[in-house]
Amino acid sequence: MSLMHTQIFDFKGGVHPAENKQQSTELPIACAPMPSKLVLPIAQHIGAPAEPTVTLGQQVLKGQVIAEAQGFVSANLHAPTSGTVSAIELRAIPHQSGMSDWCIEITPDGQDQWIEHAGIVDFLDVEPSVLLERIQQSGISGLGGAGFPSHVKLAADPAKIDTLIINAAECEPYITADDVLMRERAAEIIQGIEILLRIVNPKQCLIGIEDNKPEAIEALTKAIQVSRDDTHLIKLAVVPTKYPSGGEKQLINLLTGQEVPVGGIPADIGIVCQNVGTAYAIYHAVAKGEPLISRITTVTGAACAQPRNYEVLLGTPVSELLPLAGVDHNQMNRLIMGGPMMGFTLNNEEVPVVKTTNCLIAASRNELPDPAAEQACIRCGMCVEACPAQLLPQQLYWYAKSDNLEQLETHNLMDCIECGACAFVCPSNIPLVQYYRYGKGELNQARADKQKSDRAKERFEARLARQEREAAEKEAKRKARAEAAAKKQAEKKAAPATATGTSADAAQANAAQPDMALLQKKLDAAKLAIEKSKEKLAAAEAEGSDKVEAFKLAVEKSTQKMKDAAKAIAEAKKAAKAAPAANGASDKGDPNSPERLKNKLELAEARLKAAQDRLAEAEQQGSDKVDALKTAVEKQQERVSEAKAAYEQASSSASNSASTPASRVEPEPVSDLAAFEQKVLAAQTRVDKAQERLAMAQEQNLDTVAALQTGLEKQLAKLAEAKAALEQAQAGAQEVKS
Amino acid sequence: MTVVLIAIAALVGLSLIFGAVLGFAAIRFKVEGNPVIDQIDALLPQTQCGQCSYPGCRPYAEAIAEGEEKINKCPPGGEATIQAIADLLGVEPEPLDAEHGEEKASKMVAVIREDECIGCTKCIQACPVDAILGAAKQMHTVIADECTGCDLCLDPCPVDCIDMVPVATTLQTWHWDLPQNNPSIIATDRGQAA
Repeated sequence: MSLMHTQIFDFKGGVHPAENKQQSTELPIACAPMPSKLVLPIAQHIGAPAEPTVTLGQQVLKGQVIAEAQGFVSANLHAPTSGTVSAIELRAIPHQSGMSDWCIEITPDGQDQWIEHAGIVDFLDVEPSVLLERIQQSGISGLGGAGFPSHVKLAADPAKIDTLIINAAECEPYITADDVLMRERAAEIIQGIEILLRIVNPKQCLIGIEDNKPEAIEALTKAIQVSRDDTHLIKLAVVPTKYPSGGEKQLINLLTGQEVPVGGIPADIGIVCQNVGTAYAIYHAVAKGEPLISRITTVTGAACAQPRNYEVLLGTPVSELLPLAGVDHNQMNRLIMGGPMMGFTLNNEEVPVVKTTNCLIAASRNELPDPAAEQACIRCGMCVEACPAQLLPQQLYWYAKSDNLEQLETHNLMDCIECGACAFVCPSNIPLVQYYRYGKGELNQARADKQKSDRAKERFEARLARQEREAAEKEAKRKARAEAAAKKQAEKKAAPATATGTSADAAQANAAQPDMALLQKKLDAAKLAIEKSKEKLAAAEAEGSDKVEAFKLAVEKSTQKMKDAAKAIAEAKKAAKAAPAANGASDKGDPNSPERLKNKLELAEARLKAAQDRLAEAEQQGSDKVDALKTAVEKQQERVSEAKAAYEQASSSASNSASTPASRVEPEPVSDLAAFEQKVLAAQTRVDKAQERLAMAQEQNLDTVAALQTGLEKQLAKLAEAKAALEQAQAGAQEVKS
Repeated sequence: MTVVLIAIAALVGLSLIFGAVLGFAAIRFKVEGNPVIDQIDALLPQTQCGQCSYPGCRPYAEAIAEGEEKINKCPPGGEATIQAIADLLGVEPEPLDAEHGEEKASKMVAVIREDECIGCTKCIQACPVDAILGAAKQMHTVIADECTGCDLCLDPCPVDCIDMVPVATTLQTWHWDLPQNNPSIIATDRGQAA
């Protein structure tokens, strides 16, 4: 049975740049020595950056997880050797933008001591989920260049996958990392493929390889022959050398004749594609328990004394790798990471080798000259012929240049794989890919902006809805309160009409109370103001300030205010005392009651005695206050006699009043009458006002007319009620008089 | 005579049939609301900033759709939005009305200097997209991803602790610029260009 898959299709377009591969394949893979430090960016894969799990100064062992995957589309990061975490900070990373990102720096301790790890011996017999779990834990992402986490691709439903494609094409010039790996470690690659077969369970497995790697083809053939794969699923598919046959979509097209739909993934047509280097890493992860901590990287270019492939620990700074190959910085014009077609120029040699670094090209000026000046597009159409994605590069170029995003989208710019074939053939040296990259960036940003504005709109509308709801709730509460108040009012009305008469008096008496409090407050405030002004005045006088006059004025004013307030309080007190006296409801508040007068008399007598004592004392001591005290005693004596007279009078009248209560009751109906009259008047004015409002509303055709009408009716009812009460009271008063 | 009558009858018959079809279509395919408003609203940047003097993007879209408002009053959208609306409505694009503000070079995001925040909640009430988080007498902070950079939280802040800062480019949002060397020379000018 042949190991070769014979039916090879062709994809449209493609170019044949100079290969420049033989330079770096002359020597076998060399192990790069331990660098002085390892810098590991936390985002070496497509998807969410990993989250560091180590702290500064922590000792780590080789293979220990130092950053954990965040979510499914993400990958773990492991320590490539044992040592100390010497920094977790922003460092330059290998990226087109030249920007910095979070990196974990490990200073090796030289022990290279492994963490405890073990492979799965019978890896072809265990459950696929166990293998998948191991691959996910080992932080394996696509080693071909894109860096897509491998477990995500492999998690596709096996029932829907019929073809597993191993990408060994390595079509880009200069790069030989996969080539030498296949030459030297074919057996391990085939075992890695067997693991993939176990997980994906396809109907066929094709290794796509370009015909410019005869040694690799031979090594793979031998490895397949001795492999344990007794179902003969694995077949080699040798494709003609043409750039970019190693592009995922192009290779699928070459081997199966199928095309991945626009915006789709290979799994949509039942295909899973993995890089040959990834298969090797998967073998090591599963069979040996070693996570992805190193990779094969080609160091080549005319500035290299000895181009070669190195097995490099991830995180090794480029500056420590270049001297191994004898890079002459005088000759080197440009340092490129990746291939000459799709790679990017490194401006900083301190950046580390990461999971996707397959090649470093130290190119001389002759080898990769600076880009020639861009000239006008002559519409020759060569780019259209070269495009492997069957797009219209010219149109895309014009649209990208004029920011016509809509047209870029309709011309499927997003399907451009940025292979650079169009720019390679362009006779006008137009950097077409750069235009497409710009266009893609703009499109992506426009999409992100659109998403954000949609979300903002949603949130804005949600906020409006919430505010409306809250306003409605408030209104409902207010209505409920108003209803409750109306109910209470109705209950009050329902109480007997006789109660209203006495309650009016009580209200009057009560009204005096808050007034008193108010006046007291005013008095206090005035006192405070005086004190303050006095202080200020004193200070001003001490300083000899010219504000003295003003302050004096202020003090006078405040004093006046205080006097007014005191007067008002006295009047209010008198009024308050008079009211209960008039009512005669109780003797308690009456200052002229015999008990009170008696108290007063006793008090005055006590004071007189005290004054007399003081006078005697002063006389004994010969004080000069004697005269003053004498007058005081006289005053007290006067008061005592007054109090006595009042007491006697009161005690005699008390006996009288007890016999004639009617004379005391008399004033009550009179005050009642006045109150009722006032009520009627107030009700009348309210009715007038309500009528006015109603008329106005009717004139303007407002929708409040109905409400106003009911209000008016209510007021009218109240007026009638008040009138009735007044009449009743008048009748009652006449009865009393008669 | 009969020919004329037949012709008239045929025409009347046809007009009745077409009238019925049109009438049915008018009811069956009735368009709810004004679709132009939605289309304009979709073009506006949805910052809800009110710089156009309307309370939000949709009211402005409604005013434009009714033809009573100019299309050049949206500074956050800038020239691109004016162009897009002009294309949609088939009117001449006008330069941005400077009275309503200027187009900013980069997107902005509000940032609260948190140690100065007194927790008054005034900015929370002002934010049109509920992008500020906090409670009374507790520090507030802006949810940067939801902030539209509308400036509306700046004025209410009694302690002026809110800054508008340009949105920083991250590795995720970075993208290539347009190639810079754009000489429009042809091959025969090569010697002069070098």
